Amino acid sequence: MERVKQRFVISNIFRNQLFIPIAALLIIFIFNLIADPTFFKITLGYNNAGNPLLNGYLITILDYGSELAILAIGMTLVTAASGGQDISVGAAIAIAGSVILRVLCGSNSRSEELQAPIIVAFLIACVVAALFGAFNGVLVAVFKIQPMVATLILYTAGRSIAAWINNNELPIVNDVRFTYFGGLIPGIPIPVPFFIAAICVAIIFLILKFTTLGLYTQAVGINERAAKLNGLNPVVIKILTFVILGLCVAVCGLIKTSRLSTINYSVIAKDIEMDAILAVALGGNALGGGKFNMWASILGAYVIQALTTTLYKFNVKSNALPAYKAVVVIILVVASAPIVREKAQEIVKKIKSGKMEKEVA
Amino acid sequence: MKGIDKVFPGVRALQNVDFRLCEGEIHALMGENGAGKSTLIKVLTGVYVKDGGQIFLKDHEGEVHIKSPQDAQNLGISTVYQEITLCPNLSVAENMFIGRTKGATLNWSQMNKATSEILQSLDIPATATMQLSNCSIAVQQMIAIARAVDMECKVLILDEPTSSLDDNEVAKLFKLMRDLKAKGVGIIFVTHFLDQVYEVCDKITVLRDGQLVGEYEIENLPRLELVSKMLGKEMDDLSEIKENSGESTAVKDEVPVVEVEGLHSNTGIKPFDFYINKGEVNGFTGLLGSGRSECVRAIFGADRVVGGTVKVNGKEVKIKAPIDAMKNGIGYLPEDRKVDGIIGDLSVRENILLAAQVLKGFFKPYKRSEQYKLAQEYIRMLSIKTASEDTPIRSLSGGNQQKVILARWLLTHPEYLILDEPTRGIDIGTKVDIQKLVLKLASEGMSVTFISSETDEMLRTCSRLIVMRDLNKVGELSGDDLNQTKIMSTIAGGDK
Repeated sequence: MERVKQRFVISNIFRNQLFIPIAALLIIFIFNLIADPTFFKITLGYNNAGNPLLNGYLITILDYGSELAILAIGMTLVTAASGGQDISVGAAIAIAGSVILRVLCGSNSRSEELQAPIIVAFLIACVVAALFGAFNGVLVAVFKIQPMVATLILYTAGRSIAAWINNNELPIVNDVRFTYFGGLIPGIPIPVPFFIAAICVAIIFLILKFTTLGLYTQAVGINERAAKLNGLNPVVIKILTFVILGLCVAVCGLIKTSRLSTINYSVIAKDIEMDAILAVALGGNALGGGKFNMWASILGAYVIQALTTTLYKFNVKSNALPAYKAVVVIILVVASAPIVREKAQEIVKKIKSGKMEKEVA
Repeated sequence: MKGIDKVFPGVRALQNVDFRLCEGEIHALMGENGAGKSTLIKVLTGVYVKDGGQIFLKDHEGEVHIKSPQDAQNLGISTVYQEITLCPNLSVAENMFIGRTKGATLNWSQMNKATSEILQSLDIPATATMQLSNCSIAVQQMIAIARAVDMECKVLILDEPTSSLDDNEVAKLFKLMRDLKAKGVGIIFVTHFLDQVYEVCDKITVLRDGQLVGEYEIENLPRLELVSKMLGKEMDDLSEIKENSGESTAVKDEVPVVEVEGLHSNTGIKPFDFYINKGEVNGFTGLLGSGRSECVRAIFGADRVVGGTVKVNGKEVKIKAPIDAMKNGIGYLPEDRKVDGIIGDLSVRENILLAAQVLKGFFKPYKRSEQYKLAQEYIRMLSIKTASEDTPIRSLSGGNQQKVILARWLLTHPEYLILDEPTRGIDIGTKVDIQKLVLKLASEGMSVTFISSETDEMLRTCSRLIVMRDLNKVGELSGDDLNQTKIMSTIAGGDK
């Protein structure tokens, strides 16, 4: 009886969607452990302002992975409902960040005082990002354009729009409170983005628990016609997922601009959409839509960041980084493909049953 | 062809099944869903590799090994599946020759010419350059057969080719089958329609639970015996139902549950009137494409309604989308289970709960414990065969999928339930179950509209029939008028 249970657990581990991201994370960690264990070193230091902060690669992963995790939440929902991905999130982050700076600085890009409370700036950015999300959503849901093609519009135009919002100036925020969101709150040595991500994750899990968003997005993603005949409105649900992604984008815009206290329109959040999509894929979620596992996506985001950080640590040049990443990603994505997983399960089963027979004999 | 024998170890596989097909015969392969018909065919066509047993073929020394569909094709075994597996956006000629051209170059005019000849010789109403999606389903089916025939097959397997055809088209298909038979082609015919088996087949092989029940000459196996062989028990359920149906005659001059006036949708149906009383079972009948489904879809708001009024319990309501109909206590089981019914990757539990959940509201999800409780309740009530509540619905057999969709709508406790072809493509046992259930629901006060291509099913369950012809409501039959001949003559029209 025990053994049967044990076998069940083992085959379940392989089938579990969290298996691949966890395994990938372990592999990255083990690699670092062998190659250079300083990867795991965390030291307590002080930043320029004299506040305590933790230093170390793991903290970096926690810090920057949190931005990705926030995006992965929205990207997972968009993928599930529409069966496609939003490639405009990087450009949309530029827009959201630009809006925040515009509201905070007013017309004077070098103003010494904030022209509006940060919360107001953030909320306005949320509205703007949600509107751009809705724009994408309408193209996808109403006009039935392929999500990647539909979001290509904003991908192309987004950074110009962002620059235009501030008349192509680069406003600088001088208020120290603004640096908290992408940095540290005095006294707490753990980077704030991690807490922001934790809040976002908590919110999405409450939403998934206390609403039927999960069921509806999956139903629409798997069979839109059947969903419609069950009283759902696929158009509304798809637009809703894009709006939620828009809100995630606004949060990321806040973190990104806070890190610099300013903005660089052409560089901010560059290529982040690819990492966000990869996080979803690495989580074992079908990029063709349908069923999803939110935990797996969020974990996937941190795995991607762990990979990036590891590569930086080994002095891979930033322009060579994507090539290295691609190799690793190919391995991970192929390993998480259902076909490969089924094979792996079969092999495990065979080994197991072989052992059983021996024992019986 | 000298006898096929396959042994499969395991639960769902075939166990030591023999099958024999002679040259120039039409051989029916019968059995309930899950009996192993499809598995047997897939082994023969190389989709599955057999785990044991041998296959012999005429003109081939010893055993033949079929390891892929390509092998099967090279040996002259062709299959036309229930679902059309052609490319709808290519032309007829392209579909005929796809995957069969030698080299990389195409000779278009020759291809079109050859196609025209084949189409003509088989009397198929299509032209070579037409886009396939512009042909009717029946014609597409025939083109698939023509493609198989043109590949000089010796064995043609037809897997439920008639399930989406109307009588005329079936007759044409049968003529085609007989022509091929005369040419010496052996045909394996899989269908759920008993009439058709007796009309066109020479022999019957019955499978049950992956095992061979027997091979019979058609004249030695009367219908009732065939059914009992397929089900594995002596039973006379079909006649049992008939006796019950008398109860469902409804009381007149009460307010109808649903009343429709001049309703029409953008699908081209002419405005029609309709009503249904409490506890009544009625039906729409007519040939394929006559507008049966379009009428009920309009009532449910599944198509865009362009005119007319709908009253529920005497009160006029606006139905713009399915959700409006659902809120008014209307349920709709769609005609095409795969495309419109199931949410394939979701579990049986989620599929059962979906409609009720949508009605309950976005902010009020069922608790997990409640979900399992309800799912278990309906799985038991309809005796749905599934490994667990969490099994994805797509891994269930057709009949059980249909039961899940039925459970979905029963869970919403509708006053009026529309069942559009609930018995299509499912086994006889389930068909009987569903018909019984309809009558039981009606006796409990639910109003049901039941649509089926099989007239005798409708006669058994409905107390009133609305007859459709060419998107027009042409008659309404009840009482003594409810018989085959009267229905046929109304469908056919004229004053004969």
